[in-house]
Amino acid sequence: MTKNLRVKTSKFIDETYRISFKFNGKIYYGFKGDTLASALLANNIHLVGRSFKYHRPRGIMTAGSEEPNAIVQLHNKTARTEPNVRATEVEIYEGLEASSQNCWPSVNFDIGGINNFLSPFLPAGFYYKTFMWPASFWEKYEYFIRKSAGLGKSPTKSDPDIYEHKYIHCDVLVIGSGISGIMAAKTAAKNGLKTLLVEEKPNLGGSTIYQKSEIFKINNQFSGSWLENEINELKKLKNLEIKIRTTVAAFHGYNFLLARQNLTDHLPIEHRKGKIRHRLLKIRAKKVVSATGSIERPLIFDNNDRPGILLSSAIKRYVDLFGVACGEKNIFLTNNDTAYETAISLIQKGINVEAIIDNRENIDSKLLYDLEKNNVKIYKGFTVVGTEGYKKINKILVMQLSKDGQRVVGSKIKLSCDCLGVSGGWTPAVHLFTQSGGKLKFRDDDQIFIPSNYPSEQICIGSCNGDFTLNDIFINVPKSLKKFLKIKKTEYENFEILSEINKSKRNIWLLPSDKILGKTKSFVDYQNDATSKDIKLALREGFRSIEHVKRYTTTGMGTDQGKLGNMHALGIISETAGTKMGELGTTTFRPPYTPLTFGTIVGRNVGEYFDTFRKTPIHEWHISNNAKFENVGQWKRPWYYPKNNEDMYQAVQRESKAARDSAGILDASTLGKIDIQGTDASEFLNRVYTNAWSKLAVNRCRYGLMLNEDGMVYDDGVTTRLAENHYIMTTTTGGAANVMGKLEDYLQTEWPELDVYLTSVTDHYSTISVCGPNSKKIVSKIFADLDFSDEKFPHMSFKNTKIGQINCRIMRISFTGEHSYEINVQANYGKSIWEKCMEVGKDFNITPYGTETMHLLRAEKGFIIVGQDTDGSMTPIDLQMDWIVSKKKYDFIGKRSLYRSDTIREDRKQLVGLLTDNPEEVLEEGAQIIANVKKTPIEMLGHVTSSYYSPNLKKSIALGVVKGGKKMMGQKLIVPMENKLINVTISDPVFLDKENKKLNA
Amino acid sequence: MFLINCPFCGEREQSEFKAGGEAHIVRPKQPTELSDDEWAEYLFMRKNIKGIQFERWNHVHGCRKWFNIVRDTSNDEIKVVYKMGTKPPIK
Repeated sequence: MTKNLRVKTSKFIDETYRISFKFNGKIYYGFKGDTLASALLANNIHLVGRSFKYHRPRGIMTAGSEEPNAIVQLHNKTARTEPNVRATEVEIYEGLEASSQNCWPSVNFDIGGINNFLSPFLPAGFYYKTFMWPASFWEKYEYFIRKSAGLGKSPTKSDPDIYEHKYIHCDVLVIGSGISGIMAAKTAAKNGLKTLLVEEKPNLGGSTIYQKSEIFKINNQFSGSWLENEINELKKLKNLEIKIRTTVAAFHGYNFLLARQNLTDHLPIEHRKGKIRHRLLKIRAKKVVSATGSIERPLIFDNNDRPGILLSSAIKRYVDLFGVACGEKNIFLTNNDTAYETAISLIQKGINVEAIIDNRENIDSKLLYDLEKNNVKIYKGFTVVGTEGYKKINKILVMQLSKDGQRVVGSKIKLSCDCLGVSGGWTPAVHLFTQSGGKLKFRDDDQIFIPSNYPSEQICIGSCNGDFTLNDIFINVPKSLKKFLKIKKTEYENFEILSEINKSKRNIWLLPSDKILGKTKSFVDYQNDATSKDIKLALREGFRSIEHVKRYTTTGMGTDQGKLGNMHALGIISETAGTKMGELGTTTFRPPYTPLTFGTIVGRNVGEYFDTFRKTPIHEWHISNNAKFENVGQWKRPWYYPKNNEDMYQAVQRESKAARDSAGILDASTLGKIDIQGTDASEFLNRVYTNAWSKLAVNRCRYGLMLNEDGMVYDDGVTTRLAENHYIMTTTTGGAANVMGKLEDYLQTEWPELDVYLTSVTDHYSTISVCGPNSKKIVSKIFADLDFSDEKFPHMSFKNTKIGQINCRIMRISFTGEHSYEINVQANYGKSIWEKCMEVGKDFNITPYGTETMHLLRAEKGFIIVGQDTDGSMTPIDLQMDWIVSKKKYDFIGKRSLYRSDTIREDRKQLVGLLTDNPEEVLEEGAQIIANVKKTPIEMLGHVTSSYYSPNLKKSIALGVVKGGKKMMGQKLIVPMENKLINVTISDPVFLDKENKKLNA
Repeated sequence: MFLINCPFCGEREQSEFKAGGEAHIVRPKQPTELSDDEWAEYLFMRKNIKGIQFERWNHVHGCRKWFNIVRDTSNDEIKVVYKMGTKPPIK
C-alpha cells in the first residue's frame, strides 16, 4: 500500500536531494527539509506507535513539539540511541534509523493491544486500587508493573557526543520567529538593542511563512511573501543574533532562561564527529519578548485517537511547507474557521476535501462560501460521534448537535475518509510565561487563558497573548513593542491588512455522543490514554483540585506534558463540577518545556570533570607508591598503601603496627589552616573555642573544640600561637571552608569591633606528620641544628626553623597518641621534604600510612573524629570532654546552650568505648546497640560510630554513642546483627596509654 | 535565578552568593543571664513571611562580605541591598 503523497513542489523542500532512512527496519525515501513525520506521511504511513496503557495504534497528530503520539526510538541498540523523540521534530538525514516504541512484537501486531479490550477493567487509579493489598505483595506486583511501564529504552552504552554550556547576555531576547517574533526582533535590533532571536524549528517564519493565499494579505502582498522579505532584511542587522533549532526550556526569575540549541541532530552520524551536539544556553536578558505562538486544540469525541486524525493546522503545515498530503479523502471537524484555511490550502493544491463538519450552526465566513463554491459539503451544527478503522481511520459517524450542544439528535450519517482534520480552536503557548511566575486570566469569548500581569521585564505578543488574526497582530504588536521598548514608533503602523477569518467559535469541551459516556473512548491525554470518562470518574470519587485530578488520571503527565489535552481536561472538570474556568486555574507549568537530554544538562562536567577534586602537593608520590585514595570532601587522600597484594585490612594492620613500633608518616596537608592575626586574636579565640586561650604562651599549641550556638560540636583542631597577635588554626579536612565561613560571619556581623583578620592558608602549606617512638630520631636528622630535647621542644609546642633556605614550621602535636611532629612547609616544597623524611626514616622502617590507619590509631587513643563520632547532636559533655569546656569564661559560642533543659538530660546519647566479649569479633560501624531483645518494641540505645581490630592491643575496639552511657561503665549490652547477637561491654573510650606516656616520651 | 547587587562588587549572579537567614537578629550580649525560653527565642525562632523579608546574604564566591537585603518573598523582588551594621532603609 505504498503510495506517494508528495503533491506539490514546496520551496522549503529540496527535491534534488533525496535521503534514504529506515523506519522499523524498512528503507524509505524523503527529501532534504523533511521531518521524519512528513517523510512518513509522504510514504502514506500514519501508524507510528502504540499508546502507553491500552496499546492502541497511534499516528502522527501534529507537526511540532506538542506531538503526543508519534514518538520514536532513534538508532536503537547503539550508543547514540535516544528514546521518546518526536517524529515531528526529527529532521531526516542519510542513515537515520527510527523505530516504534511501546509495542511487541511489532507496531502492526502488538500483543499489548489486549489491554484495549480489557480497558473497562482498567479505569483511572486502577493500579492504586488493585495493588494496594496485601501490602507484602507489592514487591511481586512491582516486578511486572515495572516491566510493562515506560516508553522507549534508555541507552546502555556511554554517550559518544560532546555537549556544552554557554552564557549569553542580551538586551532583548525574542522567543519564537513567527510573524510577531520577527516584528519584535527587527524593531528591537533596529533601535540599537543587542537582540537574540531563538526559534525551535530549523526555519524562521512560524506558520505565516507558508501562507500564500488571497485570504491573508499585508499591504496587498501575500502574508508569507511579506514575511519572507522581513526575514531577509532582518538577517542583515548587525546587533541581532539568530539561533535556530533552539528551544527555550525554562524561564526563571530575573529573566534568566535556559535554552537548548541543537547543533548536530540533523546531520548524518558520520558528520557529527568532534562537533558539539547540544549547547545549553544560559541566557540573562534585560527584556524578554515571548512570541511563542499557540497550539491548536483537538476535539474530544469517541475514538478520536485513530491514525489519520490530525490537527487541521498540522495538515496545513504538511501540505504548504512539506508538500505532503495527509490523505486523499479529507474531512474536517471544527468549531472555528481554522479548518477552512486548511481546506482551502488543500484545494489549491488539488487535494480532495470531502466535507467539513462544523459545530457552529450559523456561520458567516468568506472562507465557507469559497469552499462551497468548490463543492465541499459543509455540515453546519453537526459533530462527529465516532470513527472506524483500526490502524487507520476509514469512516466517521456524524450527527446533528442539539440547540444547546449537550446532545446529538437525528440520524447517524456515515462518511468515508482517510484523514480527519480536527480543530477545537487555539490555546496560547503560555508555558514559559507562567514558569517565570506570570499569572493567567481567562478570556470567556474564546475560552482561553492569556497572560495577565508580568513578573519581570517581559511581554507576550501575538497568538501567545491571544491575538490570533493578522488584524489583531498589526494593531496590538506595534503598540506593545513601543511601550515595552520605550520607543516612539515602529515600522508597522498604518498597514493595510486583509484577513478574511471569522473569529466565531462554538466551544464544547466534550462533544456529545449517542452512546453513554461509559461506552466511549474519547481521549483527552493521548500519550497516557486518559479519557474524559477517567476525568469524570475522578470527580465522582471526590477529587476536586485540578492538580489531584491530573495525578490520579495521569492527564498531562506524559513526555508531551499535555500540551494538547490539558485545556479539555480543565474544561470537562469545570463543566462537571460547575466551577468557572478562571476560578479553577491551571496545573503548574514546570520546566523543561520539551524534554532535554542528560548531556545538555551536564555539559562538559563528565568523567573526571564531573566534580572538581583537590590533590595535595605530595599526590604524585602517593600514586607512584601504590596508594588507594579516599574522597574527603573534595580532597583525594591516601587511604592505605597496600604492599605485595595486601587487602585493606592487612595493609592497615601493618601500617598501624609500624607507626606504634617505630615510625609512621602521614600526609596531613588537607587539614584546614586559617591564619589569624590582629590585636584581638586571643579574645577572638576565647569566644569561638570552648576552652581558654588568653594564657597560651607564644610558641605553644592547644587543642580546641568549636561549637555551634546550639551547643553541638562543630569542629576541632590544634591552634598554635606563632606570635603575640598571630595564630595558626587547623580545622578538620572536610570542615575547613565552613569553619572559615562561620568565623568570618561572627567577625563581620556580631563582633565587628574586634581587630582580627582571617586568611585561609590551607593550600599554602604542605603538612607532613611523622609519628612513632623513632620520630624524634628521624626529624633530628633532617633538622640537625634544632634542639629536639623534651625540655626545649616539649609536647604541644612549636618551633620555626629552616632546611636550607626553606622556612619550616614544626609543631610537636599528635593525633595518634604517639610522640610525633608536624612539619609545615610552603606547599611546593612538600614533596621534597616528604621524600627526605622517607630517605632518613628508611633505617627506622618509616611507614607511610593513610586515613584508615590514622582513624584506627586515634580510636585506640579515644580521640574523636568530628563527623564520624559526632553527628551534629553531640555536646562536649556527651563526648565526655567536660575537661575542655571552660567554667570560668563568661561566654563562648554555644555556651548558653550547654545547660538548656534538653542538653542537661542525663539520658542523652553519650560517647563510650565498646569491647566485644570475643576479642576477635569486629563490630560494624553504624550497628545498633540494644539492652534487651525480649522487650518489644526493642529499645534502640545507640549505635557504633567507629570500630577496628587493633593490632597493637590485639583485640577489637569500638566507639559508640549510648543513651546514658557515661554511667553504664562495665555494663553488658547487645549489638544485634542480621544472623547473630554480639555481646559487648561498655568501657572507657581511651583504650591505649591513658597516662599519655607515649606522647611525652 | 536572582541578580544580587553586592554593595561591594556590584551586580552578580545568585550562584556566587549564600543565603544566611533572617537579618537583624542580634546575638545577646549576656547569654548566661537569659532563661531557656529567651535563649531559644534567639536560637531557633525565625520568621517565614510571605511579603517583605529582611535577609542576610554572603558573597561567598566573591568578596566574602556579609550584607543585608530586603526581599519580597511573594515575587522574589529584591527591594534594597544594604551593608551590615546599617539600619534597614525601609520598614
